[in-house]
Amino acid sequence: MPPDTQAAAAAPAPRPTLADRLARNYVWRSIFRHGYADTPRNRVLQVAGNVWLHLHPSKIRRHAVRFRFTWCAGGLTFLLYLVTVVTGVVLMFYYRPTAEYAYWDVKYLDFDVPFGMIMRNMHRWAAHGMVIYIWVHMFRVFMTGSYKPPREFNWVVGVVLLTLTLLLSFTGYLLPWDQLAIWAVTVGTNMARATPLLGNEGPLGPELGVTPRYDARALLTAGTVVGAPTLLRFYVLHCIVLPIFASVLMMLHFWRVRKDGGISGPL
Amino acid sequence: MAEATPAPAPAPAAERKADAPATLSDKIHSWPYFVRAEFIAGCVLVLVLMIWSIGIDAPLEEPANPTKTPNPSKAPWYFLGLQEILVYFDPWIAGVVLPGLIIVGLMVIPYVDINPRGNGYYTWSERKFAISTFLVGFIGLWLGMIVIGVFLRGPGWNLFMPWDYWDPHKVVPLTNIDLPYFLGIRSTGWAMAFGLLCVGGWLVGVPAAVWRWKRRAEPMRQLGPVRYAIVASLFMMMAGVVVKIALRLAFNIKYVLVIPNILNV
Ligand code: HEM
Repeated sequence: MPPDTQAAAAAPAPRPTLADRLARNYVWRSIFRHGYADTPRNRVLQVAGNVWLHLHPSKIRRHAVRFRFTWCAGGLTFLLYLVTVVTGVVLMFYYRPTAEYAYWDVKYLDFDVPFGMIMRNMHRWAAHGMVIYIWVHMFRVFMTGSYKPPREFNWVVGVVLLTLTLLLSFTGYLLPWDQLAIWAVTVGTNMARATPLLGNEGPLGPELGVTPRYDARALLTAGTVVGAPTLLRFYVLHCIVLPIFASVLMMLHFWRVRKDGGISGPL
Repeated sequence: MAEATPAPAPAPAAERKADAPATLSDKIHSWPYFVRAEFIAGCVLVLVLMIWSIGIDAPLEEPANPTKTPNPSKAPWYFLGLQEILVYFDPWIAGVVLPGLIIVGLMVIPYVDINPRGNGYYTWSERKFAISTFLVGFIGLWLGMIVIGVFLRGPGWNLFMPWDYWDPHKVVPLTNIDLPYFLGIRSTGWAMAFGLLCVGGWLVGVPAAVWRWKRRAEPMRQLGPVRYAIVASLFMMMAGVVVKIALRLAFNIKYVLVIPNILNV
Protein backbone atom coordinates (compact mmCIF):
# COMPACT_ATOMS: atom_id res chain seq x y z
CA MET A 1 0.00 0.00 0.00
CA PRO A 2 1.36 3.48 -0.87
CA PRO A 3 1.94 5.55 2.25
CA ASP A 4 -0.79 8.13 1.62
CA THR A 5 -3.45 5.43 1.36
CA GLN A 6 -2.30 4.04 4.68
CA ALA A 7 -2.64 7.46 6.24
CA ALA A 8 -6.10 7.85 4.79
CA ALA A 9 -7.11 4.47 6.19
CA ALA A 10 -5.94 5.46 9.65
CA ALA A 11 -8.00 8.64 9.77
CA PRO A 12 -11.78 8.45 10.17
CA ALA A 13 -13.13 7.88 6.65
CA PRO A 14 -14.46 11.16 5.13
CA ARG A 15 -17.68 11.08 3.17
CA PRO A 16 -16.89 10.16 -0.45
CA THR A 17 -17.22 13.12 -2.79
CA LEU A 18 -18.86 12.96 -6.18
CA ALA A 19 -15.44 12.75 -7.78
CA ASP A 20 -14.60 9.79 -5.57
CA ARG A 21 -17.76 7.99 -6.55
CA LEU A 22 -17.11 8.56 -10.22
CA ALA A 23 -13.55 7.36 -9.99
CA ARG A 24 -14.09 4.38 -7.73
CA ASN A 25 -15.85 1.99 -9.96
CA TYR A 26 -14.93 -0.89 -12.13
CA VAL A 27 -15.29 0.80 -15.53
CA TRP A 28 -13.32 3.87 -14.61
CA ARG A 29 -10.51 1.83 -13.19
CA SER A 30 -10.39 -0.34 -16.27
CA ILE A 31 -9.67 2.80 -18.31
CA PHE A 32 -7.37 4.74 -16.00
CA ARG A 33 -4.83 2.44 -14.40
CA HIS A 34 -4.26 4.53 -11.31
CA GLY A 35 -5.74 7.55 -9.66
CA TYR A 36 -4.26 10.98 -9.31
CA ALA A 37 -2.75 11.64 -5.93
CA ASP A 38 -2.89 15.36 -5.21
CA THR A 39 0.66 15.73 -3.96
CA PRO A 40 2.96 18.73 -4.50
CA ARG A 41 5.17 16.56 -6.68
CA ASN A 42 2.27 15.57 -8.91
CA ARG A 43 1.06 19.13 -9.19
CA VAL A 44 4.45 20.16 -10.48
CA LEU A 45 4.63 17.20 -12.84
CA GLN A 46 1.21 17.97 -14.30
CA VAL A 47 2.59 21.24 -15.59
CA ALA A 48 6.20 20.37 -16.28
CA GLY A 49 5.44 17.09 -18.04
CA ASN A 50 2.74 18.33 -20.36
CA VAL A 51 3.70 19.78 -23.71
CA TRP A 52 0.94 22.42 -23.62
CA LEU A 53 0.94 23.27 -19.95
CA HIS A 54 4.70 23.59 -19.62
CA LEU A 55 4.34 27.06 -21.08
CA HIS A 56 3.42 27.90 -17.50
CA PRO A 57 5.76 27.96 -14.58
CA SER A 58 4.97 25.14 -12.19
CA LYS A 59 4.53 27.59 -9.37
CA ILE A 60 3.17 31.08 -9.72
CA ARG A 61 2.81 34.08 -7.49
CA ARG A 62 -0.51 34.20 -5.76
CA HIS A 63 -1.71 37.55 -7.05
CA ALA A 64 -0.95 36.62 -10.68
CA VAL A 65 -3.83 34.17 -10.69
CA ARG A 66 -6.34 36.79 -9.58
CA PHE A 67 -8.63 37.89 -12.32
CA ARG A 68 -8.51 41.47 -11.15
CA PHE A 69 -4.76 41.67 -11.70
CA THR A 70 -4.51 40.62 -15.36
CA TRP A 71 -8.19 40.54 -16.37
CA CYS A 72 -6.94 37.43 -18.20
CA ALA A 73 -6.41 39.82 -21.06
CA GLY A 74 -3.19 38.45 -22.52
CA GLY A 75 -4.36 34.87 -22.36
CA LEU A 76 -7.74 35.68 -23.86
CA THR A 77 -6.10 37.65 -26.66
CA PHE A 78 -4.15 34.53 -27.44
CA LEU A 79 -7.24 32.35 -27.25
CA LEU A 80 -9.06 34.64 -29.68
CA TYR A 81 -6.08 34.43 -31.99
CA LEU A 82 -6.30 30.64 -31.87
CA VAL A 83 -10.01 30.79 -32.68
CA THR A 84 -9.30 32.90 -35.75
CA VAL A 85 -6.60 30.48 -36.85
CA VAL A 86 -8.87 27.45 -36.60
CA THR A 87 -11.94 29.03 -38.15
CA GLY A 88 -9.76 30.78 -40.74
CA VAL A 89 -8.37 27.50 -41.97
CA VAL A 90 -11.92 26.22 -42.39
CA LEU A 91 -12.83 29.32 -44.41
CA MET A 92 -9.77 28.86 -46.61
CA PHE A 93 -11.15 25.56 -47.87
CA TYR A 94 -14.02 27.39 -49.53
CA TYR A 95 -12.61 30.75 -50.45
CA ARG A 96 -10.81 31.73 -53.66
CA PRO A 97 -9.04 35.11 -53.60
CA THR A 98 -10.02 36.32 -57.04
CA ALA A 99 -12.34 39.14 -57.97
CA GLU A 100 -14.67 36.75 -59.87
CA TYR A 101 -15.13 34.25 -57.07
CA ALA A 102 -14.36 35.85 -53.71
CA TYR A 103 -17.74 37.42 -53.03
CA TRP A 104 -19.71 34.41 -54.22
CA ASP A 105 -17.58 32.03 -52.21
CA VAL A 106 -18.44 34.04 -49.13
CA LYS A 107 -22.12 33.91 -50.05
CA TYR A 108 -21.79 30.18 -50.54
CA LEU A 109 -20.18 29.89 -47.11
CA ASP A 110 -23.02 31.88 -45.61
CA PHE A 111 -25.87 29.96 -47.18
CA ASP A 112 -24.80 26.50 -48.35
CA VAL A 113 -21.74 25.24 -46.55
CA PRO A 114 -22.73 23.30 -43.42
CA PHE A 115 -21.67 25.41 -40.45
CA GLY A 116 -20.17 27.89 -42.92
CA MET A 117 -22.02 30.84 -41.50
CA ILE A 118 -21.05 30.14 -37.93
CA MET A 119 -17.42 29.64 -38.93
CA ARG A 120 -17.44 32.97 -40.72
CA ASN A 121 -19.22 34.71 -37.86
CA MET A 122 -16.85 33.32 -35.29
CA HIS A 123 -13.86 34.29 -37.39
CA ARG A 124 -15.03 37.83 -37.77
CA TRP A 125 -16.17 38.42 -34.20
CA ALA A 126 -13.09 36.77 -32.75
CA ALA A 127 -10.95 39.08 -34.88
CA HIS A 128 -12.81 42.14 -33.61
CA GLY A 129 -12.64 40.72 -30.11
CA MET A 130 -8.91 40.30 -30.45
CA VAL A 131 -8.49 43.96 -31.36
CA ILE A 132 -10.51 44.96 -28.31
CA TYR A 133 -8.81 42.51 -25.99
CA ILE A 134 -5.30 43.46 -27.06
CA TRP A 135 -6.15 47.03 -26.11
CA VAL A 136 -7.45 45.85 -22.76
CA HIS A 137 -4.25 43.88 -22.28
CA MET A 138 -2.06 46.84 -23.16
CA PHE A 139 -4.11 49.01 -20.84
CA ARG A 140 -3.72 46.61 -17.93
CA VAL A 141 0.02 46.18 -18.56
CA PHE A 142 0.36 49.93 -18.52
CA MET A 143 -1.74 50.44 -15.42
CA THR A 144 0.23 47.87 -13.44
CA GLY A 145 3.48 49.40 -14.66
CA SER A 146 4.50 45.99 -15.93
CA TYR A 147 6.66 47.44 -18.71
CA LYS A 148 9.19 48.57 -16.14
CA PRO A 149 12.51 46.75 -15.79
CA PRO A 150 13.14 43.96 -16.59
CA ARG A 151 10.15 43.84 -18.96
CA GLU A 152 10.94 46.80 -21.23
CA PHE A 153 11.63 44.70 -24.27
CA ASN A 154 8.55 42.56 -23.89
CA TRP A 155 6.48 45.73 -24.03
CA VAL A 156 8.19 46.60 -27.32
CA VAL A 157 7.40 43.11 -28.63
CA GLY A 158 3.83 43.77 -27.54
CA VAL A 159 3.63 47.01 -29.51
CA VAL A 160 4.76 45.15 -32.64
CA LEU A 161 2.11 42.52 -31.93
CA LEU A 162 -0.46 45.26 -31.63
CA THR A 163 0.53 46.62 -35.03
CA LEU A 164 0.42 43.16 -36.56
CA THR A 165 -2.99 42.48 -35.05
CA LEU A 166 -4.39 45.65 -36.60
CA LEU A 167 -2.84 44.78 -39.95
CA LEU A 168 -4.24 41.26 -39.79
CA SER A 169 -7.67 42.67 -39.13
CA PHE A 170 -7.33 45.25 -41.87
CA THR A 171 -6.14 42.81 -44.55
CA GLY A 172 -8.96 40.43 -43.63
CA TYR A 173 -11.49 43.22 -43.99
CA LEU A 174 -10.98 43.23 -47.77
CA LEU A 175 -11.49 39.54 -48.38
CA PRO A 176 -15.34 39.35 -48.53
CA TRP A 177 -14.99 41.66 -51.54
CA ASP A 178 -18.23 43.50 -50.89
CA GLN A 179 -18.90 47.22 -50.83
CA LEU A 180 -17.96 47.50 -47.16
CA ALA A 181 -14.65 45.81 -47.88
CA ILE A 182 -13.34 47.67 -50.87
CA TRP A 183 -14.33 51.12 -49.68
CA ALA A 184 -12.94 50.70 -46.20
CA VAL A 185 -9.69 49.49 -47.69
CA THR A 186 -9.75 52.30 -50.25
CA VAL A 187 -10.04 54.86 -47.46
CA GLY A 188 -7.33 53.11 -45.46
CA THR A 189 -4.83 52.73 -48.24
CA ASN A 190 -5.44 56.24 -49.58
CA MET A 191 -3.51 57.53 -46.61
CA ALA A 192 -0.38 55.94 -48.04
CA ARG A 193 -0.63 58.29 -51.01
CA ALA A 194 0.43 61.05 -48.68
CA THR A 195 3.57 59.40 -47.36
CA PRO A 196 6.41 61.91 -47.38
CA LEU A 197 8.91 61.13 -50.16
CA LEU A 198 7.23 57.84 -51.06
CA GLY A 199 3.67 58.88 -51.86
CA ASN A 200 2.52 60.58 -55.03
CA GLU A 201 0.67 63.24 -53.02
CA GLY A 202 3.05 63.40 -50.08
CA PRO A 203 5.48 66.22 -49.37
CA LEU A 204 8.38 66.03 -51.83
CA GLY A 205 6.96 62.89 -53.43
CA PRO A 206 6.14 64.35 -56.85
CA GLU A 207 9.39 66.33 -56.76
CA LEU A 208 11.22 63.03 -56.53
CA GLY A 209 9.34 61.65 -59.51
CA VAL A 210 6.93 59.44 -57.55
CA THR A 211 3.82 58.65 -59.60
CA PRO A 212 0.53 56.99 -58.65
CA ARG A 213 1.73 53.83 -60.33
CA TYR A 214 4.93 53.61 -58.30
CA ASP A 215 4.45 54.83 -54.79
CA ALA A 216 3.82 53.59 -51.27
CA ARG A 217 0.15 53.08 -51.96
CA ALA A 218 0.74 51.12 -55.15
CA LEU A 219 2.98 48.82 -53.14
CA LEU A 220 0.07 48.04 -50.81
CA THR A 221 -2.68 47.80 -53.39
CA ALA A 222 -0.67 46.35 -56.27
CA GLY A 223 -2.04 49.00 -58.61
CA THR A 224 -3.59 52.42 -58.67
CA VAL A 225 -6.97 51.30 -57.35
CA VAL A 226 -8.20 48.61 -54.97
CA GLY A 227 -8.75 45.82 -57.49
CA ALA A 228 -8.18 42.14 -58.12
CA PRO A 229 -4.40 42.31 -57.57
CA THR A 230 -5.02 44.00 -54.22
CA LEU A 231 -7.28 41.15 -53.22
CA LEU A 232 -4.59 38.58 -53.91
CA ARG A 233 -1.95 40.64 -52.16
CA PHE A 234 -4.08 41.12 -49.06
CA TYR A 235 -5.01 37.45 -49.06
CA VAL A 236 -1.39 36.32 -49.01
CA LEU A 237 -0.54 38.85 -46.32
CA HIS A 238 -3.60 37.88 -44.29
CA CYS A 239 -3.28 34.10 -44.48
CA ILE A 240 0.48 33.59 -44.62
CA VAL A 241 2.83 36.48 -44.01
CA LEU A 242 1.20 38.25 -41.08
CA PRO A 243 0.16 35.09 -39.17
CA ILE A 244 3.72 33.78 -39.38
CA PHE A 245 5.16 37.01 -38.02
CA ALA A 246 2.49 37.24 -35.33
CA SER A 247 2.98 33.63 -34.25
CA VAL A 248 6.74 33.94 -34.01
CA LEU A 249 6.43 37.13 -32.00
CA MET A 250 3.87 35.56 -29.67
CA MET A 251 6.32 32.75 -28.96
CA LEU A 252 8.95 35.35 -28.17
CA HIS A 253 6.45 37.27 -26.05
CA PHE A 254 5.50 34.25 -23.92
CA TRP A 255 9.10 33.15 -23.59
CA ARG A 256 10.07 36.58 -22.36
CA VAL A 257 7.22 36.61 -19.83
CA ARG A 258 8.86 33.53 -18.30
CA LYS A 259 12.44 34.75 -18.63
CA ASP A 260 11.64 38.12 -17.12
CA GLY A 261 10.64 36.36 -13.94
CA GLY A 262 7.05 35.46 -14.63
CA ILE A 263 4.21 37.84 -14.34
CA SER A 264 5.03 41.12 -12.68
CA GLY A 265 4.14 41.89 -9.11
CA PRO A 266 5.05 44.15 -6.22
CA LEU A 267 8.76 43.76 -5.61
CA MET B 1 8.87 59.52 1.20
CA ALA B 2 9.54 55.97 2.31
CA GLU B 3 10.53 54.95 -1.20
CA ALA B 4 12.91 52.11 -1.98
CA THR B 5 14.32 51.71 1.53
CA PRO B 6 15.26 48.05 1.67
CA ALA B 7 13.86 47.83 5.19
CA PRO B 8 11.70 44.84 6.13
CA ALA B 9 8.59 45.15 4.03
CA PRO B 10 5.54 45.13 6.36
CA ALA B 11 4.80 48.88 6.48
CA PRO B 12 4.66 49.60 2.72
CA ALA B 13 2.99 46.27 2.08
CA ALA B 14 0.24 47.18 4.50
CA GLU B 15 -0.24 50.53 2.78
CA ARG B 16 -0.63 48.80 -0.52
CA LYS B 17 -3.40 46.58 -1.76
CA ALA B 18 -4.39 43.88 0.64
CA ASP B 19 -3.64 41.27 -2.01
CA ALA B 20 0.00 42.25 -2.39
CA PRO B 21 2.02 39.24 -1.28
CA ALA B 22 4.16 39.70 1.79
CA THR B 23 7.16 37.82 0.42
CA LEU B 24 8.43 36.53 -2.88
CA SER B 25 8.06 32.96 -1.76
CA ASP B 26 4.30 33.37 -1.56
CA LYS B 27 3.73 31.10 -4.52
CA ILE B 28 1.05 28.62 -5.36
CA HIS B 29 0.95 25.67 -7.70
CA SER B 30 -0.06 26.46 -11.27
CA TRP B 31 -1.88 23.16 -11.32
CA PRO B 32 -4.64 23.31 -10.28
CA TYR B 33 -5.09 26.96 -9.31
CA PHE B 34 -3.83 28.81 -12.37
CA VAL B 35 -4.77 26.26 -15.03
CA ARG B 36 -8.24 26.11 -13.55
CA ALA B 37 -8.66 29.89 -13.73
CA GLU B 38 -7.48 29.93 -17.32
CA PHE B 39 -9.77 27.09 -18.23
CA ILE B 40 -12.81 28.81 -16.78
CA ALA B 41 -11.98 32.15 -18.43
CA GLY B 42 -11.42 30.38 -21.75
CA CYS B 43 -14.71 28.49 -21.52
CA VAL B 44 -16.66 31.64 -20.72
CA LEU B 45 -15.06 33.49 -23.63
CA VAL B 46 -15.69 30.71 -26.15
CA LEU B 47 -19.25 30.37 -24.94
CA VAL B 48 -19.92 34.10 -25.29
CA LEU B 49 -18.31 34.11 -28.72
CA MET B 50 -20.43 31.19 -29.89
CA ILE B 51 -23.69 32.64 -28.65
CA TRP B 52 -22.77 35.98 -30.19
CA SER B 53 -21.93 34.30 -33.48
CA ILE B 54 -25.16 32.34 -33.53
CA GLY B 55 -27.12 35.50 -32.89
CA ILE B 56 -25.32 38.10 -34.99
CA ASP B 57 -24.20 37.49 -38.54
CA ALA B 58 -21.06 38.95 -40.02
CA PRO B 59 -22.03 41.66 -42.49
CA LEU B 60 -21.99 41.01 -46.21
CA GLU B 61 -23.13 43.88 -48.38
CA GLU B 62 -23.53 44.11 -52.12
CA PRO B 63 -20.67 42.89 -54.30
CA ALA B 64 -17.75 45.26 -54.63
CA ASN B 65 -18.49 48.01 -57.12
CA PRO B 66 -15.64 50.43 -57.84
CA THR B 67 -18.01 52.84 -59.59
CA LYS B 68 -20.33 53.28 -56.61
CA THR B 69 -18.71 55.14 -53.73
CA PRO B 70 -20.74 55.00 -50.54
CA ASN B 71 -21.10 58.22 -48.60
CA PRO B 72 -19.67 58.23 -45.99
CA SER B 73 -16.85 55.78 -46.78
CA LYS B 74 -15.46 54.66 -43.49
CA ALA B 75 -12.26 52.78 -42.70
CA PRO B 76 -12.59 49.77 -40.35
CA TRP B 77 -13.72 51.03 -36.96
CA TYR B 78 -10.35 50.59 -35.24
CA PHE B 79 -8.80 53.05 -37.71
CA LEU B 80 -11.55 55.63 -37.46
CA GLY B 81 -9.54 57.62 -34.94
CA LEU B 82 -6.98 58.24 -37.66
CA GLN B 83 -9.65 59.01 -40.21
CA GLU B 84 -11.17 61.47 -37.75
CA ILE B 85 -7.81 63.21 -37.32
CA LEU B 86 -7.87 63.83 -41.08
CA VAL B 87 -10.41 66.53 -40.38
CA TYR B 88 -7.82 68.48 -38.48
CA PHE B 89 -4.54 67.67 -40.21
CA ASP B 90 -3.22 67.13 -43.71
CA PRO B 91 -3.22 63.49 -44.83
CA TRP B 92 0.48 62.93 -44.52
CA ILE B 93 0.43 64.06 -40.90
CA ALA B 94 -2.81 62.30 -39.93
CA GLY B 95 -2.24 59.16 -41.95
CA VAL B 96 1.49 58.63 -41.82
CA VAL B 97 3.30 60.75 -39.25
CA LEU B 98 0.87 60.42 -36.37
CA PRO B 99 0.43 56.62 -36.62
CA GLY B 100 4.21 56.32 -36.82
CA LEU B 101 4.59 58.50 -33.76
CA ILE B 102 2.00 56.48 -31.86
CA ILE B 103 3.89 53.26 -32.50
CA VAL B 104 7.29 54.73 -31.73
CA GLY B 105 5.91 56.64 -28.77
CA LEU B 106 4.44 53.48 -27.25
CA MET B 107 7.70 51.63 -27.78
CA VAL B 108 9.84 54.19 -25.98
CA ILE B 109 7.62 54.35 -22.89
CA PRO B 110 9.62 51.77 -20.90
CA TYR B 111 12.89 53.50 -21.72
CA VAL B 112 11.88 57.00 -20.75
CA ASP B 113 9.66 56.23 -17.76
CA ILE B 114 12.41 55.75 -15.20
CA ASN B 115 10.18 56.02 -12.15
CA PRO B 116 11.01 52.80 -10.28
CA ARG B 117 7.78 52.79 -8.32
CA GLY B 118 4.50 51.30 -9.44
CA ASN B 119 6.13 48.23 -10.98
CA GLY B 120 3.71 45.35 -10.84
CA TYR B 121 0.71 46.73 -9.00
CA TYR B 122 -2.03 49.25 -9.51
CA THR B 123 -1.29 52.68 -8.15
CA TRP B 124 -2.26 56.20 -8.98
CA SER B 125 -0.40 58.24 -6.40
CA GLU B 126 3.02 56.89 -7.32
CA ARG B 127 2.88 57.64 -11.05
CA LYS B 128 0.41 60.45 -11.64
CA PHE B 129 2.13 61.94 -14.70
CA ALA B 130 2.59 58.63 -16.55
CA ILE B 131 -0.96 57.48 -15.94
CA SER B 132 -2.68 60.74 -16.75
CA THR B 133 -0.72 61.15 -19.99
CA PHE B 134 -1.55 57.61 -21.01
CA LEU B 135 -5.22 58.04 -20.19
CA VAL B 136 -5.50 61.24 -22.23
CA GLY B 137 -3.81 59.57 -25.19
CA PHE B 138 -5.45 56.18 -25.07
CA ILE B 139 -8.94 56.87 -23.74
CA GLY B 140 -9.32 60.51 -24.74
CA LEU B 141 -7.71 60.62 -28.15
CA TRP B 142 -7.56 57.07 -29.49
CA LEU B 143 -10.85 55.69 -28.15
CA GLY B 144 -12.66 59.04 -28.07
CA MET B 145 -11.92 59.73 -31.72
CA ILE B 146 -13.04 56.24 -32.65
CA VAL B 147 -16.37 56.82 -30.93
CA ILE B 148 -16.84 60.09 -32.82
CA GLY B 149 -15.86 58.46 -36.11
CA VAL B 150 -18.15 55.48 -35.65
CA PHE B 151 -21.25 57.17 -34.30
CA LEU B 152 -21.21 60.84 -35.15
CA ARG B 153 -19.83 61.04 -38.69
CA GLY B 154 -22.28 60.86 -41.56
CA PRO B 155 -22.35 61.75 -45.25
CA GLY B 156 -19.66 64.17 -46.30
CA TRP B 157 -17.93 63.31 -43.04
CA ASN B 158 -20.18 65.89 -41.38
CA LEU B 159 -21.04 65.72 -37.72
CA PHE B 160 -24.46 64.27 -36.95
CA MET B 161 -25.91 63.69 -33.53
CA PRO B 162 -27.26 60.18 -33.03
CA TRP B 163 -30.84 61.47 -33.33
CA ASP B 164 -30.15 63.51 -36.48
CA TYR B 165 -31.23 62.37 -39.91
CA TRP B 166 -28.20 61.62 -42.11
CA ASP B 167 -28.92 64.20 -44.78
CA PRO B 168 -26.56 63.57 -47.72
CA HIS B 169 -27.12 67.12 -48.92
CA LYS B 170 -26.19 68.78 -45.67
CA VAL B 171 -23.96 71.72 -46.50
CA VAL B 172 -21.60 73.06 -43.92
CA PRO B 173 -20.16 76.45 -44.86
CA LEU B 174 -16.39 76.37 -45.11
CA THR B 175 -15.47 79.27 -42.91
CA ASN B 176 -12.18 77.97 -41.63
CA ILE B 177 -9.33 80.47 -41.66
CA ASP B 178 -5.71 80.32 -40.67
CA LEU B 179 -4.65 81.51 -37.24
CA PRO B 180 -2.43 84.41 -38.41
CA TYR B 181 -5.30 85.73 -40.56
CA PHE B 182 -7.68 85.32 -37.66
CA LEU B 183 -5.36 87.50 -35.61
CA GLY B 184 -5.21 90.17 -38.27
CA ILE B 185 -1.91 89.34 -39.99
CA ARG B 186 -2.37 89.89 -43.70
CA SER B 187 1.05 89.53 -45.31
CA THR B 188 2.12 86.00 -46.24
CA GLY B 189 5.64 86.51 -44.97
CA TRP B 190 4.54 87.69 -41.55
CA ALA B 191 1.93 84.96 -41.37
CA MET B 192 4.61 82.36 -41.99
CA ALA B 193 6.93 83.91 -39.45
CA PHE B 194 4.16 84.01 -36.89
CA GLY B 195 3.21 80.40 -37.64
CA LEU B 196 6.81 79.25 -37.29
CA LEU B 197 7.02 81.08 -34.00
CA CYS B 198 3.89 79.37 -32.69
CA VAL B 199 4.77 75.86 -33.80
CA GLY B 200 8.46 76.16 -33.01
CA GLY B 201 7.69 77.76 -29.67
CA TRP B 202 5.27 74.96 -28.84
CA LEU B 203 7.51 72.06 -29.82
CA VAL B 204 10.91 73.48 -28.88
CA GLY B 205 10.54 76.71 -26.96
CA VAL B 206 8.20 75.53 -24.22
CA PRO B 207 10.15 72.32 -23.49
CA ALA B 208 13.42 74.25 -23.50
CA ALA B 209 12.05 76.87 -21.14
CA VAL B 210 10.73 74.21 -18.78
CA TRP B 211 14.12 72.52 -18.88
CA ARG B 212 15.95 75.74 -17.97
CA TRP B 213 13.54 76.46 -15.21
CA LYS B 214 13.32 73.00 -13.65
CA ARG B 215 16.48 71.21 -14.67
CA ARG B 216 17.85 71.14 -11.14
CA ALA B 217 14.74 69.51 -9.74
CA GLU B 218 15.27 65.89 -8.77
CA PRO B 219 13.03 64.17 -11.35
CA MET B 220 14.55 66.23 -14.16
CA ARG B 221 18.09 65.47 -13.06
CA GLN B 222 17.36 61.76 -13.11
CA LEU B 223 15.72 61.99 -16.49
CA GLY B 224 18.68 63.72 -18.13
CA PRO B 225 18.57 65.88 -21.26
CA VAL B 226 18.12 63.13 -23.86
CA ARG B 227 15.22 61.37 -22.22
CA TYR B 228 13.71 64.72 -21.32
CA ALA B 229 13.88 65.82 -24.95
CA ILE B 230 12.12 62.63 -26.10
CA VAL B 231 9.41 62.81 -23.46
CA ALA B 232 8.86 66.53 -23.97
CA SER B 233 8.60 66.41 -27.76
CA LEU B 234 6.24 63.42 -27.76
CA PHE B 235 4.18 65.02 -25.03
CA MET B 236 3.98 68.39 -26.78
CA MET B 237 3.03 66.76 -30.08
CA MET B 238 0.22 64.84 -28.42
CA ALA B 239 -0.91 67.95 -26.59
CA GLY B 240 -0.61 69.83 -29.88
CA VAL B 241 -3.17 67.52 -31.45
CA VAL B 242 -5.57 68.39 -28.64
CA VAL B 243 -4.88 72.12 -29.01
CA LYS B 244 -5.39 72.01 -32.76
CA ILE B 245 -8.71 70.24 -32.36
CA ALA B 246 -9.78 72.79 -29.76
CA LEU B 247 -8.76 75.70 -32.01
CA ARG B 248 -10.77 74.26 -34.87
CA LEU B 249 -13.87 73.59 -32.82
CA ALA B 250 -13.79 76.90 -30.99
CA PHE B 251 -12.52 79.35 -33.64
CA ASN B 252 -12.65 77.50 -36.99
CA ILE B 253 -8.90 77.71 -37.28
CA LYS B 254 -7.65 75.79 -40.31
CA TYR B 255 -3.88 76.02 -40.01
CA VAL B 256 -1.48 77.68 -37.65
CA LEU B 257 1.48 77.50 -39.98
CA VAL B 258 1.36 77.38 -43.76
CA ILE B 259 4.48 76.79 -45.81
CA PRO B 260 3.07 76.17 -49.28
CA ASN B 261 3.81 72.71 -50.76
CA ILE B 262 5.77 71.64 -47.73
CA LEU B 263 4.01 71.87 -44.44
CA ASN B 264 0.64 72.96 -43.18
CA VAL B 265 -0.03 72.52 -39.53
C1 HEM C 1 -1.23 39.19 -29.83
C2 HEM C 1 -1.14 39.93 -28.83
C3 HEM C 1 -0.70 39.59 -27.43
C4 HEM C 1 -0.79 38.40 -26.76
C5 HEM C 1 -1.39 37.09 -27.26
C6 HEM C 1 -0.23 38.63 -25.45
C7 HEM C 1 -0.18 37.67 -24.46
C8 HEM C 1 0.34 37.87 -23.19
C9 HEM C 1 0.18 36.98 -22.08
C10 HEM C 1 -0.59 35.67 -22.10
C11 HEM C 1 0.82 37.54 -21.02
C12 HEM C 1 0.83 37.00 -19.58
C13 HEM C 1 0.13 37.95 -18.64
C14 HEM C 1 -1.26 38.35 -18.98
O1 HEM C 1 -2.04 37.53 -19.47
O2 HEM C 1 -1.58 39.53 -18.77
C15 HEM C 1 1.41 38.78 -21.47
C16 HEM C 1 2.17 39.63 -20.71
C17 HEM C 1 2.69 40.83 -21.13
N1 HEM C 1 2.34 41.51 -22.29
FE1 HEM C 1 1.31 40.72 -23.81
N2 HEM C 1 0.20 39.92 -25.35
C18 HEM C 1 -0.08 40.56 -26.53
C19 HEM C 1 0.14 41.89 -26.83
C20 HEM C 1 0.79 42.77 -26.00
C21 HEM C 1 0.84 44.19 -26.19
C22 HEM C 1 0.13 44.96 -27.30
C23 HEM C 1 1.62 44.70 -25.17
C24 HEM C 1 2.02 46.12 -24.88
C25 HEM C 1 2.03 47.09 -25.70
C26 HEM C 1 2.06 43.59 -24.36
C27 HEM C 1 2.90 43.68 -23.27
C28 HEM C 1 3.04 42.70 -22.32
C29 HEM C 1 3.89 42.78 -21.15
C30 HEM C 1 4.85 43.94 -20.79
C31 HEM C 1 3.68 41.62 -20.40
C32 HEM C 1 4.28 41.25 -19.04
C33 HEM C 1 3.23 41.67 -18.05
C34 HEM C 1 3.51 41.24 -16.63
O3 HEM C 1 4.50 40.56 -16.38
O4 HEM C 1 2.69 41.62 -15.78
N3 HEM C 1 1.51 42.43 -24.86
N4 HEM C 1 1.09 38.97 -22.80
